[in-house]
Amino acid sequence: MWSWVGHRITGVVIFFFLLVHVLDTSLVRVSPEAYTAVIGAYKNPLMALGETGLVAAIIFHAFNGLRVIAVDFWKKGAKYQRQMLWVVLALWLVTFAGFAIRHLSLALGGH
Amino acid sequence: MTAIQNPRSGQIGSGRIAPQYKRTGGSKGNFEMLAWLFMRLSGVVLVVLIFGHLFVNLLVGEGIHAIDFGFVAGKWADPFWQFWDLAMLWLAMLHGTNGVRTIINDYAEKDATRFWLKVVLYAASAVIVILGTLVIFTFNPCPVVDGVQLPGGFCPAP
Repeated sequence: MWSWVGHRITGVVIFFFLLVHVLDTSLVRVSPEAYTAVIGAYKNPLMALGETGLVAAIIFHAFNGLRVIAVDFWKKGAKYQRQMLWVVLALWLVTFAGFAIRHLSLALGGH
Repeated sequence: MTAIQNPRSGQIGSGRIAPQYKRTGGSKGNFEMLAWLFMRLSGVVLVVLIFGHLFVNLLVGEGIHAIDFGFVAGKWADPFWQFWDLAMLWLAMLHGTNGVRTIINDYAEKDATRFWLKVVLYAASAVIVILGTLVIFTFNPCPVVDGVQLPGGFCPAP
């Protein structure tokens, strides 16, 4: 139940980010200066935290989505759905920790 | 003599269930089943595409500090990344639009509300997909600004 709620919320968050992300990337077609200026605005500590939160949502949605597929297509999927949720959370923790350490040290640590 | 048809021997539709016994109208087809299947197939592909996207853009080398016009231009000078990003754009937008469509169907109770929310959703999605596709394919990675060729190892010498 809660994994289902989490899947919906992270899905909507990722979708709205995607709309904005296509728009900001489209600025490369306007001019190099326009794109570099807007991307420059992303490079501050607040946005770094936002990006980290977004990636946390993406990693959960990805692994939980694979769990949903296993529940639907694997013969024993429904039986092991609870154990698979723990696997999802463990993989989420490891992947997210790896990303957060690398990204935040790059983004907050200067050049 | 009039033959009495067996309910399960109808010739129309699936061939197994006579049309008058089918629970859904024939007009809707199996769109919902195809949408359900698409979510799972595109989901698997998107995990690979997006994890690769995040790894290459944020975790390798200088990470986010390397991202500027030249970075995007360098990637899209290569058809491999053009195709990667195009696939990601289309699959993610269709996957996301279908997901939000499901959420609208679940929570918007009034027919008119549901209808208009979906009109806005489909319009926004169409704009983003068309815009993104045009940008990937009409983009010039080697623009000449004020008569000066921007630097970039992937650009031909002026």
